[in-house]
Amino acid sequence: MRRGSWLDAFSRQNLADTIFTGYLPIFVALLVIVLPLAWMVSSSFKPPSEIVTLSPTLLPQDPTAGNYGDVVDRVPLLTMFGNSVYVTLVGSSIKVFLAVTTAYALVFIRVPGRNFIFLGILVALMVPPEVSMLPNYLTITSLGGRDTLWGIILPGLGTAFGTFLLRQHFKALPKEMFEAAELDGAGHFRKLFQIAAPVSIPAIATVGLVTVVNEWNSFLWPLVITGSAEKMTLPVGLNLLQSVETQAGSYGILMAGAVIVIVPMLVIFAALQKYIVAGLTQGSVK
Amino acid sequence: MSAAVQTELERTRVRARRRQQSKNWTLFLLFAGPNILLILAFIYYPLFSNMYYSTLDWRLGSSSATPVGLENYASFFTSASGIEVWRVTGIFTAGAVLGSMVLGLLIALVLNKKIPGKTAARTAVFSPYVLSGVGVAMVWNFIFDPTRGGLAHILDFFGFDSPEWYLNEDWSLLMVIVVYVWKNLGYCAVVFLAGLQSIPKDLIEAATIDRAGPIRRFVSVTLPLLTPTVFFLLVTNILFSMTNAFDILRTMTPSGHGTNTIIFEIYLQSFGAYQRAGYSAAIAVVLFFTLFFITAVQLRFVERKVHYS
Repeated sequence: MRRGSWLDAFSRQNLADTIFTGYLPIFVALLVIVLPLAWMVSSSFKPPSEIVTLSPTLLPQDPTAGNYGDVVDRVPLLTMFGNSVYVTLVGSSIKVFLAVTTAYALVFIRVPGRNFIFLGILVALMVPPEVSMLPNYLTITSLGGRDTLWGIILPGLGTAFGTFLLRQHFKALPKEMFEAAELDGAGHFRKLFQIAAPVSIPAIATVGLVTVVNEWNSFLWPLVITGSAEKMTLPVGLNLLQSVETQAGSYGILMAGAVIVIVPMLVIFAALQKYIVAGLTQGSVK
Repeated sequence: MSAAVQTELERTRVRARRRQQSKNWTLFLLFAGPNILLILAFIYYPLFSNMYYSTLDWRLGSSSATPVGLENYASFFTSASGIEVWRVTGIFTAGAVLGSMVLGLLIALVLNKKIPGKTAARTAVFSPYVLSGVGVAMVWNFIFDPTRGGLAHILDFFGFDSPEWYLNEDWSLLMVIVVYVWKNLGYCAVVFLAGLQSIPKDLIEAATIDRAGPIRRFVSVTLPLLTPTVFFLLVTNILFSMTNAFDILRTMTPSGHGTNTIIFEIYLQSFGAYQRAGYSAAIAVVLFFTLFFITAVQLRFVERKVHYS
């Protein structure tokens, strides 16, 4: 039998193979991923009567934006949305800035013991924020940061992950670039802001996006440190909403809330997934 | 050159080196200092103060605390509620890790084929990983609702009754595992896919020429070459599942009904109804050392000993 003929691609065997081991499983997987999200969006537009019905339809029969209005009535949603945006943007910008300067210092500024300092940062990477929760709660409370936005932001600012990622990246930059700059009399500030940072935009973007995703979704710490609805971020606020809305008919309202916290990240991810995937799976490809 | 001039030269050199060094330190602290300070204040200090708190019998908000030595630890390892936490954490971790790795591998194998649209499929499968755990858990709360939820309707269509997901402790544990796997499997799929793509094509082709079937090819060629990826995912998934699941657990089962994993218990003990801060700190210390041990095993053993061939 002649192998590799282009006709093979259209043979019954190959066609069946593509459908049953290719398209069919992918279709099932996509259904499992997409269906819950579609159910969420659709339910968020359903009036309560369509939520409690015993014969539900995937699409709302009588679409209404009323659930979104109801969410705003129940909790100060716009304030919470603003809080989330503020915490995410301020927190991420500072974190990324600190990651860039720390990584630069670790790679380019010669001081004895800097590898030891890096080791310390690596160990910090292993401490999950949950372990630091109780002492940080006491520290921030004693500083007067309970129920404030800076109290949400401050304990998370030290960045081990971004430093680690950017250090690996800076180490791989060609030495000649920096030697040439030194001959021109450039100091560390110029080498960082005019050479190292500009040529590393993709890596910095990766760190930035991963940080944005984590800050936006962050839940435990904001839950612990906030008490009033006006200072809550979206995930905490929705958790509060869920504890208030316990009737079956209020699923529409809860789904409207879920849409508001989920869709912004979904949009950012769809647009910039290449960078986000690179950051979140860092270290896996050997 | 006279000896005096030489020592003078030497001294100048030393002075210049010192000046350079202190200038370097200033710059280093200017660049890295704030971050190091933040890490010390909000990661290292808590780590050690937790160790101190863990030796106290102390309620959050109370001004008095009684030192009890290692009693909190003893209680966590021997009391019925402590053992229950270990049991739940074990089942949750095993279910979450195995579920997302097996499904992730299957999806990666499919996506590794040459079929149009696989990039879009990859993006879609990965997307739950970046979504808010609270939002995702709210959606699944609705799906699992025994009378109004989508799952109840599907089960009803096939003639089954929906179990009381939230009332029975075994069902609620299964429920949170399913949601965690749903959120996490895309991560495994993407990492497995990268591993699969690094396997040389000619090895697979050689096996095909030797008339190895698809299953044989997978077991004897693909899987051994994939071992480093499998171990990497195993370790990271164990670490993630022990820490990242909090938002799902808290949103789906607010007071922990059969779903008290370690991370949830740390929260419930200090900020839930009990306010046992000392006990909670002890559990946090145990969690840290567990994670530290797993990472150390990975660095020492897995990274070096697992090789191709």
